[in-house]
Amino acid sequence: MTEASPVRVLNSEVPVSMAEDDVRGVSALTIAIHRAWLWLRSPRPYLMIIGFVLFIGFWYLAVEVWKLPRFSEMPGPTQVVREWLSRNPTYGLSIFTPEYYLHIWVSTRRVAIAFFLATAIGVPLGLFLGWSERFKQYVFPVFELLRPIPPLAWVPLAIVMFRGSETPIIFLTFLASFYATALNTMLGVESIDVSYTRAASCLGATRWQTFRHVIVPGAMPFIFTGLQISVGVAWFSLVAGEMVSGQYGLGYVINTSYTMVRYPTIVIGMITLGIVGYVTSAAVRLVGDYLMQWRTRELALGGDR
Amino acid sequence: MAKAVALKAFNVIGRDDFWRGALSIAVFLVFWEIGSRSHALFGVAFPWVSQIPAPSAVLRELVILVQEPSFWMSALLSTLRVFEGFFAAMVIGIPLGLAMAVSRTFYGITFPVFEVLRPIPPLAWVPASIIFWPTQELSIAFVTFLGAFFTIVINVIGGAQAIDVRYFQAARSMGSSTWDIFRRIILPATLPSIVVGATVGVGITWAVVVAAEMISGGGSAGSMGGAAGGGLGFFIWNSYVGGSYTQIVAGMISIGIAGYISSAVLRKVGKWVTPWLSEG
Amino acid sequence: MSLHPAATRDYPAVSTQPIRKGGVRIADVVKAYGTKEAGILAVDHCTFDVPPGEITVVVGPSGCGKTTLLNAIAGFHSISAGTIHLDDELLCGPQRLKAPPGPDRIVVFQNGALFPWKTNIENVTFGPIMQGALSRAEAYDKARHMMADAGLRGIEHNYPGEISSGVRRRVEIVRALMNDPKILLLDEPYRALDSLTKSVMHEALLEIFYKNRVTIFFITHDLEEAIFLGHRVVIMTTRPCRPKKILDIDIPHPRDYSVLTTKRFRELMDETAAAVHEEAIKAFAAGEKER
Repeated sequence: MTEASPVRVLNSEVPVSMAEDDVRGVSALTIAIHRAWLWLRSPRPYLMIIGFVLFIGFWYLAVEVWKLPRFSEMPGPTQVVREWLSRNPTYGLSIFTPEYYLHIWVSTRRVAIAFFLATAIGVPLGLFLGWSERFKQYVFPVFELLRPIPPLAWVPLAIVMFRGSETPIIFLTFLASFYATALNTMLGVESIDVSYTRAASCLGATRWQTFRHVIVPGAMPFIFTGLQISVGVAWFSLVAGEMVSGQYGLGYVINTSYTMVRYPTIVIGMITLGIVGYVTSAAVRLVGDYLMQWRTRELALGGDR
Repeated sequence: MAKAVALKAFNVIGRDDFWRGALSIAVFLVFWEIGSRSHALFGVAFPWVSQIPAPSAVLRELVILVQEPSFWMSALLSTLRVFEGFFAAMVIGIPLGLAMAVSRTFYGITFPVFEVLRPIPPLAWVPASIIFWPTQELSIAFVTFLGAFFTIVINVIGGAQAIDVRYFQAARSMGSSTWDIFRRIILPATLPSIVVGATVGVGITWAVVVAAEMISGGGSAGSMGGAAGGGLGFFIWNSYVGGSYTQIVAGMISIGIAGYISSAVLRKVGKWVTPWLSEG
Repeated sequence: MSLHPAATRDYPAVSTQPIRKGGVRIADVVKAYGTKEAGILAVDHCTFDVPPGEITVVVGPSGCGKTTLLNAIAGFHSISAGTIHLDDELLCGPQRLKAPPGPDRIVVFQNGALFPWKTNIENVTFGPIMQGALSRAEAYDKARHMMADAGLRGIEHNYPGEISSGVRRRVEIVRALMNDPKILLLDEPYRALDSLTKSVMHEALLEIFYKNRVTIFFITHDLEEAIFLGHRVVIMTTRPCRPKKILDIDIPHPRDYSVLTTKRFRELMDETAAAVHEEAIKAFAAGEKER
């Protein structure tokens, strides 16, 4: 009989990870701060500054110094900045005018309504499309039938269908956003490793329980990627819709600034759009990071070992 | 060859899921037809659907349109614009993306600017584009280019970054030069991502072309003016202005079909270019 | 089971004794994919017993069909012919080709299937809570005890992504054992681990087994692992698989790693290595792809 020591291995304390830092109990905020600090110490921030200097520098030189023929009618960066930051803007729009914020608000409100509607309908639809083969066979062909039609092609029809000027625009934006969300959600469900659903059924979960505890959380990463794309697409459609048939809103601003020959305002509009678009996309990403703590921590530790 | 196609068609028709899909499309069309005619049928107009022309009317319109040469001219014009912009986006986007993936310094300089410009919707560039470029065609082409460009670059970078570092190590240990590594490892390995970026990009390009055509053809204040004319987007806008609703829907369907065909063609090309992916 | 000389049989007859707690009887099972003309035979008239309360290890080259057998027992795949019984209860047979999955036969998967979005203890308590077998408080209590027993104290509220893969396997095994399964089905669970971690995992598995005495059905391609762990080792032919050789390992339990250097262990390896190698060569020649 060999020396039996059945409890030998299992008595030891389990090392949580092989990483240098002990990450037990470290909050997500700490991880974020740590990564930000690492970023600052790399060459990346400085290269970034070089990039912007080159870009804006070229713009400045082309318009205001060398006065290249192509650029003759374009506003230069100093002009734009002066207009944007002036208390009494020549063309009526700067960070000090209330109209500026009105336009931002109108556009953002439209995107928000469309986006939330699209998420509320698109995510459940996508989940069912991915989860039930039957359902997909019935519904997906109709879904795919309407998808290739670009959002703006719907404008005239939307104007005809819905009364008023707000609803058609929101409808457009909703449509584009909805397709992106539903499709990505469906893909998310389909890409869940079959071992997880099998494990759940082994452990006695009903189909509904599997759906709630495995499918929905498992598809979340994909869903949030889809939501970020969806926000981008929403802005895309919104601007298109506003340029064609809106009153107020950033797309409208850009359009009318052109017709009224207020060129610096065009650039202001574009920059504002870029900022707001980025902020909304980042907001979605942050919500996703917060809801999926498990993933943030896993990625922070360098993933699977 | 014909026999193979017939066999494939027969196999598809024999499947249950084909019929289920066909059924739901049929149901969809029936509801649409009833909804459009609801006023005549029930005396009560359904809220939004009743404003849409019925599928039967649209079908009739399509049959008429297909026989008109000007319609095909518009379709051709739109398609041309799509591929102009798309091609330009590939020609500039792929090398740029590869350069960004290969050189950390270049990436560090260009990527932030790229990311700052990316959230600006392509259509917001239209006025600036018109101011800058001498002709209307060029300004549309530029905006179209922008639409696909960002998607393609992002996909190329993603694909190149995902290449397993061991491929490089293997190549170096076998004595490959940097150019060889680029040609034989980076390029082929990135191809699948390029294909994905292209397929998505072409969809975006269609959306932009249609939008640009509508805007330059009409717009809320006839803003862009000019006789850029032609193209399916312009056709739809014109139909709206002229009050011919069936033409609107017929135009939408045509664009949808054109967009679908472009994506399908690209997917076929993609498969041809990456044969190793479909094996096994 | 421990003191009679090693019995090796080439093809067993089906036993007529009733089987108790967790024993599986596989009788003349056939599994074929595809049509008659263009089909693949994965399992070819396979018959053997998995004795209750023991560790049975199935060894065979990759792709030979052993995972198909495990999946049939678990209820993920159907069989084409034959019967599988669990403790006198029919799992699948000619009337019902696919068994329903259930907590009496729990699988521990090759690449691990701990839910990454739940903490370790949420994973462990998943089974009893889903089935309504225990209340939340009871389940958590039991989980804490079982995890501590398995040396997993302290990581209850971490996510699976934060711990090493060896530890993850142990958590998965505890998750299974929480449900008092009749049989534990392990599908090459240590395949992806390095051999140092593997040796620790083997001893850990045995310790868990000694404490719980659940029937274990273990699949591997590693002969040494098989002989070390198993009461009985079934060596499968290459695809389509059937038992080539069945070995009752007479090395006494409890075992630890010193067993590897004993004379008896070496003898058993010598007897079986030739058989395994022969099948490995056949599989290689047939160009079996790794699954």
